[in-house]
Amino acid sequence: MNAWSNIKTITKRELGAYFSSPLAFVFIVIFLLLCGFFTFMVGGFFERGEASLVRPFFDWHPWFYLFLVPSVGMRLWAEERRVGTLELLLTMPITSWQAIVGKFLASWLFLALALLLTFPVVLTVNYLGSPDNGVIFTGYIGSWLMAGAYLAISCATSALTRTQVVSFILSLVICLFLILCGFPPVIKLIESWASPKLVEIVTAMSVITHFDGFQKGVLDSRDVIFFLSIIGFSLFCNSVIIRGHRAG
Amino acid sequence: MINVQDLAKSFGTKRAVDGVTFSVERGEVLGFLGPNGAGKSTSMRMITGFIPATSGTVKVGGFDISTDPIPAKRLIGYLPENAPAYTDMTVLGFLSFAAEIRGLAGDSRKRAVNRVVELCFLEPVLHQSVETLSKGFRHRTCFAQSIIHDPDVLVLDEPTDGLDPNQKHEVRQLIRRMGEKKAIIFSTHILEEVDAVCSRTIIIDRGRIVANGTPAELRQRSEWAGAVTVRINGAAGAVVSQKLGGISTVKRSMIIKEEGGSVTLRVFAKQGQVPGLARSIAEAAQGWQIEELHTEEGRLDEVFRSITMADTAGTKPAADKI
Repeated sequence: MNAWSNIKTITKRELGAYFSSPLAFVFIVIFLLLCGFFTFMVGGFFERGEASLVRPFFDWHPWFYLFLVPSVGMRLWAEERRVGTLELLLTMPITSWQAIVGKFLASWLFLALALLLTFPVVLTVNYLGSPDNGVIFTGYIGSWLMAGAYLAISCATSALTRTQVVSFILSLVICLFLILCGFPPVIKLIESWASPKLVEIVTAMSVITHFDGFQKGVLDSRDVIFFLSIIGFSLFCNSVIIRGHRAG
Repeated sequence: MINVQDLAKSFGTKRAVDGVTFSVERGEVLGFLGPNGAGKSTSMRMITGFIPATSGTVKVGGFDISTDPIPAKRLIGYLPENAPAYTDMTVLGFLSFAAEIRGLAGDSRKRAVNRVVELCFLEPVLHQSVETLSKGFRHRTCFAQSIIHDPDVLVLDEPTDGLDPNQKHEVRQLIRRMGEKKAIIFSTHILEEVDAVCSRTIIIDRGRIVANGTPAELRQRSEWAGAVTVRINGAAGAVVSQKLGGISTVKRSMIIKEEGGSVTLRVFAKQGQVPGLARSIAEAAQGWQIEELHTEEGRLDEVFRSITMADTAGTKPAADKI
């Protein structure tokens, strides 16, 4: 009970920090513009003539998140270290896990808000035709989980450094790797020399492979576990890194 | 309230804190003195549980900071060096956050915030963002954060750093008042502060405690302590010096200043001969015009220098050998 109220306090503070600067609004606007532009112009939403959001909308999410999520997560720990408030935070009567989870949740909720604000796309497709809203729903769940996985990685890289830009680049590279190992052109390249077994292992590491199920309307527990385990593992790394700093 | 036993911290091969032992009881204000890099901040960080100790134990209110950190941290209010605060929050928001994470809610939170705002004179900047504050206000904001839950133990790392003389005075008054009911450790390198605030002082140098006592006791260690300063008009310095140097209890006398027909001397007593020195001098100087005569109390800065510098000199040859 006490743990949750501590986490809630941290989450509230972090959410407040996002909205105290125009950065949050800039982020949301950029995200929505990108979604709109790619869905309707590049994704060929109208040309397809089908009432579905899978290809024109959700397909782009792994790529949007590649840039946007690290920019949301980069300040979480790097800024605390730069300003020195980390010393305040960790001498408060809370555990470092409560701080880690609180910060992660704040950013994840922020991303959820950005994602929810794409609702006009759903309204549009419902107005134009009769899509399978269950598929759209699982698509959103998958997208949010994927964003959480990216975010947890950004949290860990943010704890690594006191420079936000370094954190941004590091998490971008890691997330890019997670995308590329399931990106069809890359898979083809690997297939040309590696055994099928190895190809399978590599593609199993990819967010694209696991996001695919959600886009098709399948809530596969393996996919959910994949994203949750990335989140869990990254946050664990986060705590190890923070303990490492304190040990000097 | 605070019990520190053989506390040590190594960063790689560097021994930042090397076996520090002391305790602070309720009602005590302990001044932590030392040159820069002596290990003051590192010790404080270990006491507050920010960094783990390499060896040794810290107990706050009976709770071990490494095995039982949460109840120990509840008792502590901490002002880190450079007084960090969340720059994106307003002063009010920051203090409310600090109160909330200390488990204060509703009315008691409001009361706590109001109390520290008043104590630290933060009213004029209450709704200002921390980022835009001047150094003094930011410092007091962080200080307010440390006392918001009215802690039993206060650890203050250079609490008067960056304040103007009036603010320094206010903060010292505040520390002394709070020291009546709490156990306080504060670090400083301003020696006048020690006299103004501390009930006890520890001097730490290169990770070790080199002196521990009340400010008065420390002053006693000064070679000036008990020396007599005398100013005489209308006599030649050499003559006066010779005459005073001839007194049986005097070790030596030296001329500090000689100008405009007046001479100032400092006279040091032999071991154990301090009482009565001033009287002997007055008797010996009969016939001259004594303008000034007083016994020195000893000076903290001189003690501080002699303790921390003597050590440095002692280790130099060892380093040369390598």
